[in-house]
Amino acid sequence: MPKHPDIDKVILIGSGPIQIGQAAEFDFSGTQACKSLREEGVSVVLVNSNPATIMTDPDVADITYIEPIRSDIIADIIAKEKPYGIVAGLGGQTGLNITTELAEKGILDKYDIQVLGTPLEAIYNAEDRGLFKQMIEQIGEKAPRSEAVSSIKDAMKVMKELHLPLIIRPAYTLGGFGGGIARTKSELKSIVERGLNRSRIHQVLVEESVLGWKEFEYEVMRDANDTCITICNMENIDPMGIHTGESIVVTPAQTLSDTDHQTLRSAAIKIIRALGIEGGCNIQFAVRDEEYYVIEVNPRVSRSSALASKATGYPIARVAAKIAIGLTLDEIPNGVTKETPASFEPTVDYTVLKIPRWPFDKFTTADKTLTTAMKSTGEVMAIGRTLEESIHKAVRSLDIQMRFGEWRGDEIEELLRTPTDERLFIIYHALRHGFNMSQFEELGDVAVQRTARVVIPTEFQQLQSLRDFNSEKIAKLTSIDPFFIRKIQNIIDMEERLRKRMSVDNLRMAKRMGFTDERIAELTGRRREDINDLRRKSGIKHTYKMVDTCAAEFEAKTPYYYSTYETQCEANPSDRRKVLILGAGPIRIGQGIEFDYCTVHAVLALREEGIETHIINNNPETVSTDYDVSDKLFFEPLTLEDVMNVIETERPYGVAVQFGGQASVNLAIPLEKELKRRSDLDTVILGTSPESINIAEDRYLFSNLLRKLNIPQPDNGSANSVEEAKEVAKRIGYPILVRPSYVLGGRAMEIVYDETDLERYVREAVKVSHEHPVLIDSFLQGATEIDVDAVSDGENVLIGAIMEHIEEAGIHSGDSACVIPPQSLDDDVLQTVRDYTKQIALALQVKGLINLQMAAKDGRVYVFEANPRSSRTVPYVCKTVGIPLVKIAAKVMIGHSLEKLGYAEVKDIPYVSVKEVVLPFDKLPGADPILGPEMRSTGEVMGIDRDFARTFFKAELSAGNALPTEGTVFISVQDDDKPAMVSITKKMQDAGLKLIGTAGTARYLKEHGIQIDVIKKIHEGSPNIIGRMRRKEVHLVINTATSKLSLKDGYDMRRAAVDFNIPYITTIQAAKAAADAIDMAKKGKMTINSIQDYQRELL
Amino acid sequence: MKAVLGLEDGTVVKGKGFGAEGIAQGELVFATPFTGYEEALTDPSYKGQILMFTYPLIGNYGVSYENFQSDGIKANGFVVREVCDHPSHHKSKGTVHSFLKGEGIPGISGIDTRMLTILTRNKGTLRATLIAGDDDGEEAVRLAREQPTISELDLIGEVTSAKPYKIGGTGKRFVVMDLGVKQNILSCLSERNIDIVVVPADTSSRQIREYEPDALLLSNGPGDPLQAKNAISVVRELADEMPVFGICLGHQVIALALGARTYKLKFGHRGANQPVKDLRTGIVHITSQNHGFAVDPDSLSGTGLHITHINANDGTVEGFKHESLPILSVQYHPEASPGPRDAEFLFDTFVKAAEVPNAKTSGYR
Repeated sequence: MPKHPDIDKVILIGSGPIQIGQAAEFDFSGTQACKSLREEGVSVVLVNSNPATIMTDPDVADITYIEPIRSDIIADIIAKEKPYGIVAGLGGQTGLNITTELAEKGILDKYDIQVLGTPLEAIYNAEDRGLFKQMIEQIGEKAPRSEAVSSIKDAMKVMKELHLPLIIRPAYTLGGFGGGIARTKSELKSIVERGLNRSRIHQVLVEESVLGWKEFEYEVMRDANDTCITICNMENIDPMGIHTGESIVVTPAQTLSDTDHQTLRSAAIKIIRALGIEGGCNIQFAVRDEEYYVIEVNPRVSRSSALASKATGYPIARVAAKIAIGLTLDEIPNGVTKETPASFEPTVDYTVLKIPRWPFDKFTTADKTLTTAMKSTGEVMAIGRTLEESIHKAVRSLDIQMRFGEWRGDEIEELLRTPTDERLFIIYHALRHGFNMSQFEELGDVAVQRTARVVIPTEFQQLQSLRDFNSEKIAKLTSIDPFFIRKIQNIIDMEERLRKRMSVDNLRMAKRMGFTDERIAELTGRRREDINDLRRKSGIKHTYKMVDTCAAEFEAKTPYYYSTYETQCEANPSDRRKVLILGAGPIRIGQGIEFDYCTVHAVLALREEGIETHIINNNPETVSTDYDVSDKLFFEPLTLEDVMNVIETERPYGVAVQFGGQASVNLAIPLEKELKRRSDLDTVILGTSPESINIAEDRYLFSNLLRKLNIPQPDNGSANSVEEAKEVAKRIGYPILVRPSYVLGGRAMEIVYDETDLERYVREAVKVSHEHPVLIDSFLQGATEIDVDAVSDGENVLIGAIMEHIEEAGIHSGDSACVIPPQSLDDDVLQTVRDYTKQIALALQVKGLINLQMAAKDGRVYVFEANPRSSRTVPYVCKTVGIPLVKIAAKVMIGHSLEKLGYAEVKDIPYVSVKEVVLPFDKLPGADPILGPEMRSTGEVMGIDRDFARTFFKAELSAGNALPTEGTVFISVQDDDKPAMVSITKKMQDAGLKLIGTAGTARYLKEHGIQIDVIKKIHEGSPNIIGRMRRKEVHLVINTATSKLSLKDGYDMRRAAVDFNIPYITTIQAAKAAADAIDMAKKGKMTINSIQDYQRELL
Repeated sequence: MKAVLGLEDGTVVKGKGFGAEGIAQGELVFATPFTGYEEALTDPSYKGQILMFTYPLIGNYGVSYENFQSDGIKANGFVVREVCDHPSHHKSKGTVHSFLKGEGIPGISGIDTRMLTILTRNKGTLRATLIAGDDDGEEAVRLAREQPTISELDLIGEVTSAKPYKIGGTGKRFVVMDLGVKQNILSCLSERNIDIVVVPADTSSRQIREYEPDALLLSNGPGDPLQAKNAISVVRELADEMPVFGICLGHQVIALALGARTYKLKFGHRGANQPVKDLRTGIVHITSQNHGFAVDPDSLSGTGLHITHINANDGTVEGFKHESLPILSVQYHPEASPGPRDAEFLFDTFVKAAEVPNAKTSGYR
């Protein structure tokens, strides 16, 4: 019950699409908040544009709007729903910004909406850099010297006082977005300009640099009764200057003494009291020995609070939601122990390590330097009883190709100095192989001083001091505490011991440090299987320990486990029928929140069936790793060994690989092999067989299958060498689509237009070989791409939806906007798509989900690929058609038939739904913002309305590409696209938009009766287009380019559009849709309907 | 170095020895903070006990030798999952290993401390023997079983000061009865200008009167409060003459002196995260605690003592106040060290209570 009985209905704002700086953590916190509020009898109205979230499932909130998170639209929703209050602090930065905007526009006053939980004033005091600094100083704490400025001129003035380097932090932004470290005057100018553009209130803080200081965070909560608790502290292993979201983080802090810790903790409590926060906040400190500064406060749940929740078991968002409606901490039960209240501080008896996951494998041209603005897309968390174990587990959770030892000696020093995504591995390398020491003299003294304090057993003294010296040097170059460098050294020492001698003792020691059987096998020159057998025979077995918030002081009821090598296992397996579901791991491009959605739905479905359902996953941001989703949560890496360990302990009858996306599907075959080898285990892989998965994944086998079924496919072939590739290309004819076999999210896929280009690709990009052939497909220019999501039980096939892509084939399906129902495909094509889907699903004997990608050209349908697994469109389809496809798939997988479940067909929908993607270019300086066959997007939004034009408009609005209904459109298109632009520009002109274009484009359009002014390209002198964009005189950019040459030509323009936050369109199809949408938006109002209402229309 | 830990229930755990070679006897108790091993090891309340930290990585920031709560290590032995050989901190002057070795205290590492915590939680605190330098498990168990229980030991006598001493101040005079007082209690009083006289645990009420104190503070200390016989009678005699304050063991002593009872908790409260609810305001403070005994709330009726604070986790008594006399007392540690400083304001409350006019003779009457 809320404290005030008037609180009957609240509005909760979600955080929108997944983007860099904002991953799945707000789905986790928002879903918890919905549950928590409804438990207290409060009805929840939710607004979120992201269909791939659990929170937008129609049964999570009472009323759900999948609509753009914009103050005008939310005002309409408020007018319709009349909630008592709004909860600001649970939807990330987006929720916070919208709440302040609603207040400033008078909407909250107009409808008498109370801000619940953290008050507006606290948000202003924390977010407004000037106010924040003032508040910090008032309570006797110290912040770095800084000035809040609103112009470049003022920033230059500040530079004279504070001196370079300077840190620039924009107010009210997400993930340090738009900020950076300025080391030169020109860097300062450009970062301040960018930052001002990104800030909601056009303000940035120019701050004295504390680069190299240590960074610590405290997660603090406070209730209306002034009870304050800290949930945990976190130590950023990376120093100040690297955003905490980009840092490797360990919790609890490792290198603080009790005095240090209590000093920071007391300061944190003082700050939350001074701000008057009711709920949670995250406070960041920069520390150097005795000195410390308060850097920042986030007055809301955050990625750090999600990490803190998972690291300790304390559900911060759930508790914050209850505090928002007036409950006090001692009135809220601790969900973990069930018997103690939430008014305590968690303590842990393990170490937790977080490592971010960066998208640089996808953006090879992007600047990989880690800085104060986030670039990572997601993160992994690992739990261990030693730090070495946590490091090992986290690294293998990342799902990356590790690059050990590929650096030149003379590169190392610079790489140690400049942080990138590879720094952990570079440290390892430097410790292992040493490196050129140009700074030998300078560092010498420090090393000797520090090591002199360390007591070393005499027998190792000589060797050890050499190592200490190396560690000290690395610590100095990286500003990482030597404590952590030592831990990596310990790993190397263990490797040496194993190389020298393989003994049971060494094996045990290595396992306790987190080494995998595979790595031990590699180091000792044996087979993984032999190591596995040997250690089990020697009684070296994994144990599971519980995450219980209290270090075992109280008996916990939470089924939340991590593995370690100790003596007591707490898993306590039941003898119920069990299924293990593999999760999706970190959010990365190509493997987003959609797969977490699928994992959660599969769990819910099986639990409904009375099956004890377990999850194994390693992503701390997600709903799937919330401990109350599954019957048991194993917070573990997703490798063969880690999965097999769970199977060995729990003995589930089946394991499901099809919900976690490509990464978990990739485990199907190794798992089946290992299960066969382990005759003591009778677990089976559920659903579609690994053999069928292999047929679908292997291009050659799949191509044969299509041929057998008489289904057209683009002409194709594979090649094991450059010569073979050229031959195949000649046969098929350019342009061609080339890619390596077994891909995730179109990694390294390219459209190749000629032989020279092909040679470069095959030689350099993918390093073709016999083990890694290159696949070559004919590229269907101008075709319409189609996605299908379906469920099959092996006998019948339920087609969830056919989606028509808005961009033509050649753009990765994950980057393409799409629409349900298809808008331009005729009935014959649709029927063919249905037929092919059924034929392929049945031929593969799919039991569960299948996603197909096809294309239609000139009335003919071609099949590109079939993925017998969940897909990134499944959640969007489920929300649109109101059918729980994943749940159905999960039930089919355990033996139910579609017939018995009562699903034969999906009804046509009387509305339109568009999925649009969100691209990360604005967060990745240097990356070329152009779409292609390589997937680029980080997330998606959904628009829903009565007709395509309005729906598309909404989807673009949600994706951050607000289409202008007035202002100027800049057009520069390639020759092939010019004819199509005539009708498009006509429509825009009629809608009242002003047109400008490059000489060629303008000439063509003028000739066809369009009024358009010419504007110079960048190299044509000034005034030019970039200047106009900088001055905010351009409101939409349409720039198409597909050939390699124009790609480079248009780069500056596209990049400028991204940097100045101007919506831009790079395909002619999207331009056409945009013209229709703008036209429609001018004419009519958007429909404001809840998803529950839409779905009721289907009954 | 080999090492073994044997418990009275027959549990034997073998690990790696550190610190001094030798044998440690005592109850095995677990403490749950991440930090503060230097303060905890030197806390006299751990006398007679083998201290185990539940946090697995101990010694990361070395030992500063600046945060002692007494003149040296008071815990009988130290049990950890991993002890850090390469600490890193600007104040570190050595490792935990060298610290223990220098003080002659044995330690054991590399063992499943969580298993031992769960065992303690389920069975209650167990007597244990830690042998560093040998791994004879049977011997360790035998020694664990043979040793007396904590209630049979006079531990206060081992940790109290031999002679009275003064720490001058310009404010009110407090006599602190040293039952094993932590350094930071004295520091917290000093910071408030209190004129402190620390007296040994066997000091009589007559001797205390001679110091003309404005208040009497009973400190923390080790073991069963029933062993604090002199302190109990001193409180009984002085309770209506001057304000009396208690912390931890001192709190239990006051309860016993006024006719209440104490009992042994199954496994005690030892941590930096214990929630204490002030019943008068509803606010919860996170406190540092270290106690194995508690005051029985049912025994308070008729003593004039009213509960002011309870533990939000298990409802045990955390503080009380006398209905008419200026007697204030808490079970937790407002002086922290280690632990949170959220309740340090309690010292101000003590000082204020001692400053009430005529408090010395008339109390609140």
